[in-house]
Amino acid sequence: MAYSDKVLDHYENPRNVGSFDKEDPTVGTGMVGAPACGDVMKLQIKVGENGIIEDAKFKTYGCGSAIASSSLVTEMLKGRTLDEAQAIKNTSIVEELALPPVKIHCSVLAEDAIKAAVADLQDKKKMKRKNKNDDS
Amino acid sequence: MTNETQAMPIYMDYSATTPVDPRVAEKMIPFITESYGNPASRSHPYGWTAEKAVENARNEVAKLVNADPREIIWTSGATESNNLAIKGASNFYSSKGKHIISVATEHKAVIDAVREMERLGYETTFIQPEPDGLIDIKKFKDAIRPDTVLASVMMVNNEIGVIQDIDALGKACRAEKIIFHVDAAQATGKVEIDLEKLPVDLMSFSAHKTYGPKGVGALYVRRKPRIRIEAQMHGGGHERGMRSGTLATHQIVGMGEAFRIAREEMETENAHIKKLQLRLLSGLTEIEETYVNGDIEKRVPHNLNISFNYVEGESLIMAIKGIAVSSGSACTSASLEPSYVLRALGRSDELAHSSIRFSIGRFTKESDIDYAIELLKEKIGRLRELSPLWEMFQDGVDLEKVEWAEH
Repeated sequence: MAYSDKVLDHYENPRNVGSFDKEDPTVGTGMVGAPACGDVMKLQIKVGENGIIEDAKFKTYGCGSAIASSSLVTEMLKGRTLDEAQAIKNTSIVEELALPPVKIHCSVLAEDAIKAAVADLQDKKKMKRKNKNDDS
Repeated sequence: MTNETQAMPIYMDYSATTPVDPRVAEKMIPFITESYGNPASRSHPYGWTAEKAVENARNEVAKLVNADPREIIWTSGATESNNLAIKGASNFYSSKGKHIISVATEHKAVIDAVREMERLGYETTFIQPEPDGLIDIKKFKDAIRPDTVLASVMMVNNEIGVIQDIDALGKACRAEKIIFHVDAAQATGKVEIDLEKLPVDLMSFSAHKTYGPKGVGALYVRRKPRIRIEAQMHGGGHERGMRSGTLATHQIVGMGEAFRIAREEMETENAHIKKLQLRLLSGLTEIEETYVNGDIEKRVPHNLNISFNYVEGESLIMAIKGIAVSSGSACTSASLEPSYVLRALGRSDELAHSSIRFSIGRFTKESDIDYAIELLKEKIGRLRELSPLWEMFQDGVDLEKVEWAEH
């Protein structure tokens, strides 16, 4: 299969590979996919006081397009609010990376990863508020 | 791009196809340019020359497997041979019964031909091999029914290279008067085949897996006791009526020469390839969390199939583009399913997705092996740094116990 130059670039030089401490209250972690299906993405976002995503990191088990999709997403996320992050659609990943039809599921997985990371962060905030209320 | 990436990778996909041996190509050329006669033309020397070349090639094919040349019929390749054997014999002997036995790890050309017989009203049993890829002879015998007409088992598996005990399976078939077909496409030139001794009725061969050209193969059809098949291709009555169609003289000449070389050089060649296989095996198994797929002893030296856990096969193939290999990962196939062969061995989907098949041969050099080992070591390390599964494994998480969102 021939890959687009952009996929190759992200695959050869993946951006923002790594992990944050997932217990950190300012970090949201999304883990999507399954090893049996051949792809698992872990996406993490770190959000500042102002509610803006300061940093993002990923690790992905999967094909070249899955790695490229998650690498691209970490770049797209920085500087966005959580609402803006959730508005990212898989189609913009497909377009940016020129993914062929058989690889569209990689972009869907990346979109799911964003949603899962944001949801995790929001859960943490809720828990924190709840704990505070319980304390008082 | 650098020169290195533009150069063709080192070929390690001999099980997909082999390069044509230059000696074979040289023999073929005059039959395209000068001796272009139709071997079926009986009225002039153009035909006679072509016929002589075809019969000489038939002799060479027969000699490699110790058969009578009259037992060899030309086809377009092993896929056609498998179809002709399975459909042709089951149909001819259908009065005996309509049950066919085969194996879950067969080549698609066998599985789909057997499936086609199902559509025509036959019942089938696909035996699951043991985790090492080999067939338990007891399970095979248990699958035999009074109405079993044919069994089809491959000699050497194309993905994992394991060698089945054809002699024992054949004897079990003989005892029950079942026609026994063997797909030997991956076996010629790699394992000794003696059809005087082996209780096999039909055997499929391919030229291009044994340094011959693509587009030609043969089917062995036993004469004593005589096995009959119904033709699948009708026409001029070539090949004793079993397979009509003008013979492709140059292809056939190529196959004959390829099989002659295989017969004469097999022993020394296999000793050399065995050394390379062991070198590759010891180098690659230095990498943590690697699993060899299929029995390592009862296997041709040409094949090594390894799963590199926590690394997905397709991304690995992208990373090791200096060598040409294939993977059981779904992403490299059109079906999006990981290798059915590895799954039939009971390998987890993860390990099937993480598998690489290295297949080496006549022109593989020791330096190629060393290059492959270094390349794999480096790239597996890089991809594992990227892998969340590797991170979890390092943290002691049991991946079996994680609840994954299957998609």
